[in-house]
Amino acid sequence: MDQNVENSPKTATAERRSLPTWVVVLAFAVLIAFLALIGVGLRRVQAGPIVIGQKVPDFSMISFDGQTYNLSDFEGKVVVLNFWASWCAPCSQEAAELEEAWRNYLPGDEVIFLGVDYTDTEPEALSYLAKFDITYPNGPDLRTRISQMFRITGVPETYFIDQEGKLAYVKKGPFASLAEIQAIVDGLLQ
Amino acid sequence: MHDKLNALPMKSVRYFALAVLLAAALLGAFSGRALAQDPQPPSDDQVNAVAKELYCPVCENIPLDVCPTQACAQWRELIRLKLSQGWSEDDIRSYFAEQYGDRVLAAPPLQGFNWVFYVLLGVFAIFAVVVYIRVVRNLKAKSTAADASAIASQPAEQDDYLKRMEEELNRREKSS
Amino acid sequence: MLANFGFGALIITFLVAFYGIGAAIYGGVKNSARWVESARLAMLLTFPLITLTAVSIIILLVTRQYQVQYVYNVTSDTMPLYLKITALWGGQAGSLIFWSWLMSAFATAVTLRRWDRDREFLPWVIVVSLITLAFFVGMSIFIENPFERFWMSASGREMVAMFQPAGATPLLPSDGRGLNPLLRHPGMVIHPPMLYLGFVSFVIPFAFAIAALITGRTDDRWIRITRRWTLVAWIFLSLGLVLGSRWAYDVLGWGGYWGWDPVEIAAFLPWLSGTAFLHSVMIQEKRGMFKRWNMVLVIVTYALVIFGTFLTRSGVLSSVHAFAQSAIGPLFFGFIGITFIVSLALLLHRWKDLTSAGQLNSMLSREALFLLNNLLFMLILLVCLWGLIFPIVSELFTGQKVTFGPPWYERITGPLFAALLLLMGVAPLSAWGHSTVKTLGRAMWKPAIVSVAVLAVALASGVRSVGALIGFWLVGFVIAITLYDYGRAIWARHKRSHEPLPVAFWNLVGRNRRRYGGYIIHLGIVLMALGIIGIEMFQTETQGTLKTGESLSLSGYTVTFRSLAEWNNPDGRNIARAVVDVSKDGRYLGQLAPRRDFYFDAQQSMTIPGVRSTMDDDLYLLLVDWEEFNSNQATLKLFHNPLINWLWVGSFVLILGMLVAAWPDQEPEAAVQRAVQKANGRATAD
Repeated sequence: MDQNVENSPKTATAERRSLPTWVVVLAFAVLIAFLALIGVGLRRVQAGPIVIGQKVPDFSMISFDGQTYNLSDFEGKVVVLNFWASWCAPCSQEAAELEEAWRNYLPGDEVIFLGVDYTDTEPEALSYLAKFDITYPNGPDLRTRISQMFRITGVPETYFIDQEGKLAYVKKGPFASLAEIQAIVDGLLQ
Repeated sequence: MHDKLNALPMKSVRYFALAVLLAAALLGAFSGRALAQDPQPPSDDQVNAVAKELYCPVCENIPLDVCPTQACAQWRELIRLKLSQGWSEDDIRSYFAEQYGDRVLAAPPLQGFNWVFYVLLGVFAIFAVVVYIRVVRNLKAKSTAADASAIASQPAEQDDYLKRMEEELNRREKSS
Repeated sequence: MLANFGFGALIITFLVAFYGIGAAIYGGVKNSARWVESARLAMLLTFPLITLTAVSIIILLVTRQYQVQYVYNVTSDTMPLYLKITALWGGQAGSLIFWSWLMSAFATAVTLRRWDRDREFLPWVIVVSLITLAFFVGMSIFIENPFERFWMSASGREMVAMFQPAGATPLLPSDGRGLNPLLRHPGMVIHPPMLYLGFVSFVIPFAFAIAALITGRTDDRWIRITRRWTLVAWIFLSLGLVLGSRWAYDVLGWGGYWGWDPVEIAAFLPWLSGTAFLHSVMIQEKRGMFKRWNMVLVIVTYALVIFGTFLTRSGVLSSVHAFAQSAIGPLFFGFIGITFIVSLALLLHRWKDLTSAGQLNSMLSREALFLLNNLLFMLILLVCLWGLIFPIVSELFTGQKVTFGPPWYERITGPLFAALLLLMGVAPLSAWGHSTVKTLGRAMWKPAIVSVAVLAVALASGVRSVGALIGFWLVGFVIAITLYDYGRAIWARHKRSHEPLPVAFWNLVGRNRRRYGGYIIHLGIVLMALGIIGIEMFQTETQGTLKTGESLSLSGYTVTFRSLAEWNNPDGRNIARAVVDVSKDGRYLGQLAPRRDFYFDAQQSMTIPGVRSTMDDDLYLLLVDWEEFNSNQATLKLFHNPLINWLWVGSFVLILGMLVAAWPDQEPEAAVQRAVQKANGRATAD
């Protein structure tokens, strides 16, 4: 950026007292564009691209058994979006609780659980799912698109999306108990 | 000769040729794979050779072959699996990019938005070189002008004492 | 109690800094020496004040006051004393204080110099230094306060606050979480201070540059005052970078010394522009050229220092080195924005005053080659900077991150560095003003022949890679030329004044320390280049899982796995340590013990390599994996790193050269001043 400022005027004749306006404007424009870029980048890091109360953009996930799930399919339902990986020890602490919660809500058909498998390898992921007998839809995070959309900071992380498709609650780290999950979901169902 | 009338038969001939070629290629590939199929699983060195140019998002900026996390160990096992299935290094790399995004590659591939990076890098570099050339030209041009006129005014030098001191310092430095 | 005291000292520093800024501006504008003097004293006062703050933190750390959050976060009972002290810079909050401390030390040192003839710079140097200081101190007070403590509210809730909230009781954790294990290394004790010293000392040249722009005294004066500061800053920065690579080599277990990690690049950028400045400033001194460019370089260097600090501390970039995400981002961003915009505005405002004299008579003259050197440094800087920020750009526009790994940087910057090496050989022999192919050729043919001999040796010993051959030739070329240049000058002195050769050498270097110190620095860089060529082009590696008694071979070495032990150490580590026999070409050399330390308090493990070093090569062993509960099998990774130790040898030569170049000598200015004064006195007497 400073290269701009540096040289163009060097070629200008020395008699003129001030720099040509376009040089000054250009120099500042480049600097401000640069700062704006960094500023927006910083904002994303600080707040995350999706803040609570904001409508979550649509995304689709292809599950391990080949079915495609779109977020937009679940409008009117509470979506519990859980990021996990088979290599992540804390994830296995909450796996059983998540599955239990899913089974509790299944008859009511008001809540959908989606598991997004972050940077994982398929054989290990499948054996993880089998180990905890997980039945709600799970699929790999292809090209890490979904995790980058939420800008997750690690696994496990769980995002609760309300009936209107807005982000309602974010849980970083594993759930302590089944009650904790149910308290959040029940709060959204009311 | 390539009019619309005989386009159809031409096309079907082409398809046939294509099918034959494809079949041959597949056959070749399979026989090749059968030959390549080693009774021994791929060695750590073969795995690391592929992993060296991959980056797992869990340990950012550390090459996959030396990253100590469990996630990366699983990735390496996946590479081993693919190698044992006869995949080439390029296939594995593009598989990983497909699965986990371009960030796993050591440099962004030349496609889509990444062009911006390479084009702008080129533009910046050319700009720097152009500026350099212009500066050099100007200075060369100056040297053809008379020496006396080349001495620029020292704008802020009101102090005669200081000026003499500066001159003295300059002289000393040049002589050393 | 002590926490309150340290915090109080910090607040007073902040107020004093603000007073100093106000007084200096008023004094500068109104031309009042009394106000400026008052501002100077204020600046002088900041150092003892921050010292009190820093010492308070150190005492808190050493006396295990875990009710203080920072102490809890970075220390634990099992840590040795020296690590508890150095934990001062082991976390965000403490390292900000450390940063301010070093900065105020430099600011104080500047105020203590003799200002006689540069009075008009003084207020503005004070303003710039104190604004920077006030900003960092302000961040410590308002956002990253190292003195915040744990409290338990009446309702039993844990909280963190500086002062006791109503109804709350102090909370004292029984043990701390401990320092990040990566930082528990002797190298870490000095690496950050050196790097920080390098960073903060660039504030001084920047302050003078801004002062020159504000006052309009844009002649060579500010350069003359700050060039030694710049050299000192550059020395610390170089030392910081070298120590950092050594630390990475010893601790990170990559088998390498430099990973082109964003934080490494962020520290490398000001080094690039600073090095460019150290060269181009000579052209201004000798030929009066490039005043604008030098001004730009000083400003850019400082801008890169704070920009790099911002990137690594705000969490915008993620990296092994980055501090945990922090709230200082927005404030820091504001500071950067204002600094950049004000600097640019001032620069453009004075642009016309910064006309330089001088001309270029020959494309082979010293100044022309220096200009080329600057172009190369700028190109490298461009590649690194763009590679550093493009991931942010990409994520912004596509939502996808991208990676730039070492192979990419090496491919692009490799040829540029090679060109710089070539210039390093040619430039010292070219003359200021005029040089032609003929004069250069005459000066150069002897060392050139020597370097061709080096090339022949490399070819004969089986090197076939073109890149490596070019590299070795360049190394030979620069070393030959540097030694030749030395030899010629020493011989000339010896002939002229019949000094014995060692005396001639001593006097030669003593007479022109900057020049000959600079050449020693060149030698150091070339030796480092030798190490880098060795590891980059000839590194080999292998990995294997061995049972007891089995071996693995690499480049003539054979490593035989003997045993593995795993135990809990009383200092809070679980250690898994493999013992292997090493032999080369059938000859037994000894044992190595690579290990993996797992730190319970930080829940993090570290891979400590087993290394056998010679001047030819390193055998670098990593314990990758082992069977738990069964100690007769381990997975080992072997690296063979040829010539790597020349990198460290070169660093020592570099340090030596820097000491020679920057060693304070009696002010030449004082001598000149006396002479001029005498002449003046005569003139008035006439």
